[in-house]
Amino acid sequence: MSATGYGWLVLAFPFAGMLITSIGWRVLPGRLPGWIASAAIGLAFLASIGMLIEIQDRPEDARALIDSAWTYATAAPDFRVDFAIFVDPLAVFMCLVVSGVSFLIHVYSVAYMGGDRGYARYFAYLNYFVFSMLLLVLAANLVILIIGWAFVGAASYLLISFWYRRTTATYAGIKAFVINVIGDVGLVIAAFLLSDKTGSLDLTAIFRRAGEVFPQDDVTLVFACIFILVGAFAKSAQLPLHTWLPDAMEGPTPVSALIHAATMVTAGVYLIARMHPLFELAPTAADVGAIIGTATLLFAATVALAVTDLKRIIAYSTISQIGYMVLGVSVAAYSAGMFHLMTHAFFKALLFMGAGSVIGAMAGIQDVDRMGGFRKAMPFTFVTFTCGALALAAFPLTSGFFSKDDILAFTINRGGGYWVLAIVGYIAAGLTAFYAFRMVFRVFYGDPVPEARELEEGHLAHHDPANPMTGEAEDTDIGFPGPEHHIAERDWPMKAAMGPLAVLALIAGVVQVPGVSDAVENFLEPSFADSRFADTAPTVGAEWVGLVVGGLISIAAIGVAFRFYLRLPGTTDRLRERFSGVHTFLVHKWYFDELYDAVFVRPAATAGSFGRRVIETDFVQGVIVGGASGVVRTGTSFARAIQTGYLRAYALLVLLGVAGLGLYFLLTSS
Amino acid sequence: MDVVWFLVLSAFIFCIGAAGVMTRRNPLVVLLCLELMLNGGNLALVAFSRMNGGQAGQVFALIVMVIAACEVVIGLGIIVAMYRNRLPIDVDEMSELRG
Repeated sequence: MSATGYGWLVLAFPFAGMLITSIGWRVLPGRLPGWIASAAIGLAFLASIGMLIEIQDRPEDARALIDSAWTYATAAPDFRVDFAIFVDPLAVFMCLVVSGVSFLIHVYSVAYMGGDRGYARYFAYLNYFVFSMLLLVLAANLVILIIGWAFVGAASYLLISFWYRRTTATYAGIKAFVINVIGDVGLVIAAFLLSDKTGSLDLTAIFRRAGEVFPQDDVTLVFACIFILVGAFAKSAQLPLHTWLPDAMEGPTPVSALIHAATMVTAGVYLIARMHPLFELAPTAADVGAIIGTATLLFAATVALAVTDLKRIIAYSTISQIGYMVLGVSVAAYSAGMFHLMTHAFFKALLFMGAGSVIGAMAGIQDVDRMGGFRKAMPFTFVTFTCGALALAAFPLTSGFFSKDDILAFTINRGGGYWVLAIVGYIAAGLTAFYAFRMVFRVFYGDPVPEARELEEGHLAHHDPANPMTGEAEDTDIGFPGPEHHIAERDWPMKAAMGPLAVLALIAGVVQVPGVSDAVENFLEPSFADSRFADTAPTVGAEWVGLVVGGLISIAAIGVAFRFYLRLPGTTDRLRERFSGVHTFLVHKWYFDELYDAVFVRPAATAGSFGRRVIETDFVQGVIVGGASGVVRTGTSFARAIQTGYLRAYALLVLLGVAGLGLYFLLTSS
Repeated sequence: MDVVWFLVLSAFIFCIGAAGVMTRRNPLVVLLCLELMLNGGNLALVAFSRMNGGQAGQVFALIVMVIAACEVVIGLGIIVAMYRNRLPIDVDEMSELRG
């Protein structure tokens, strides 16, 4: 089968899985929907491997294939949009990462979501999400890409609000959807600008003609690229459109792992990498991307130091790591950025799975202040979570070590002002290592909390079901989390998903060790062969210098965390008292939510209530409707007055009428 | 005897009936007054028939009596239904047709 044939299969399997689980939810018993959905994604992963093999067989300059199923729309005689897929090394790479990580997360969910009343619905949503993501990745033109882009946002909304009776979850879903739509609009405007100038929506045609149509740093192109960035920043939760991602943690934990860490939020990174010919023609826009990526990675790393909700720490860590990727693809370190996307998908999904297991052991509580000492009670979770934390901290020789420092080495190599960005990146890398081990030390070390002791004795803790954010009491019926809690130690599917990811988080770096193996770079090379910066890659020596610096920073930061949390517990309390202003600032996440509330939400709410009170009630109801009906009411009041309802009045009128007629005939006859 | 006297009496009876229908509130009395109006009409019909020497007026008077009987049946039926439903026996209270 050809590579594009496999490409269609990659799309077909999740779509079929979605249909089966969503239509058969009533008849499929027990955990069957979960297994069907997992099998669908597993088959998509196999098809991705088929695509990989097929495409590697082709000569290097013929690895970009387009296959069209049908013509989706035609406008002018030479302007048409096909339902077409574009298979090239970048798309294959993304398909492999998305379907591979999704498969493991599906398997994890089979156990983790057990007992939830919305089991089949959950897997239908999850398959729908994977289908949308693969559609986005394989799209050959901007229309299909935007369709996949919007589908992904919709799937994210559905899954964040999965527990739809939980008010905080539905609010979070709405927030995510609104911010995602801002990004969709940006992308649509960008598509319009590009098709207006180049006369096509096909990605390859746009790239081919862009060089002829646009001069270097053309204003229209810069604006188009900025709008692409708006789309990418909304989806990838970069400043200033990041506020939805921490709230998206209201969804089930595997959803956080899949959508809000491993795959969907990296769509923005993929988009920038995919559009790299345009960004290279518009360096101003690329610099905007690099600066915002750097600002985001520092901002999110500082917030992750202060928040106490376990899932939100990882969420801010995600924002920060995606900042690294955005920085990478914006400074033309494409393969480094995509490599970090892959390793991040492994270790971040793993961290979320570990967090899900811990939250299961805490019976739904997510606050790290109430956790501690789970090391003995949950050995498997402890080991795998630590593997993930090591990779996140870029500990030497783990996967994150090679990928993150690859990006920073490339940034330094660009020289000039990029130095500053790289230094900020290294500072944030230190913070990253610190907060990664803050989680490990606070959750797994220290005195065991009652839940941990109970688990050591063989009982899983149970609390009355409640919303972890507000403490509101809940039941376990449909629309709320199910009655059962699951931990990796007791459910083999969760173990089966976390084990491979832990191994990958540790060793996946070997595929791209500078000077030893450059598998990712060589594989992606055909996609980025046209890059003007292909020659500016750092030398092997420079990369190793960067790796050593990054490794030292990581070890030092882990040492600091060790000292703060294990050697001298209470240090952080003293620091918090000493710098209470800074702490409050960080706990409030730099007051972004408050700012948006004051600038956008409140004025909109005020305008809305003004419209309802004054325009709707007083003007529309009062003047327009009331005026028209008032005229009729006054005009007919005479007619109504005749209808007294009194029998004798009618009798009088009849009599008067008859008398009048009689009088008339008498007068006329004489 | 001149027909005028009959007609004057008939008009008198009819006016008593009409005034009763318009002023009284008890439906029973209203029905009685309706009978008066109909019989005033009958008297005029019979008087004209005697004056003209034909039989048509007599026949009309008989038909009016039949109609009066029907009307009494229905009217009394309504009044009994009102009484059974414990509605007030008062025509002014039944003014749902007010605009």
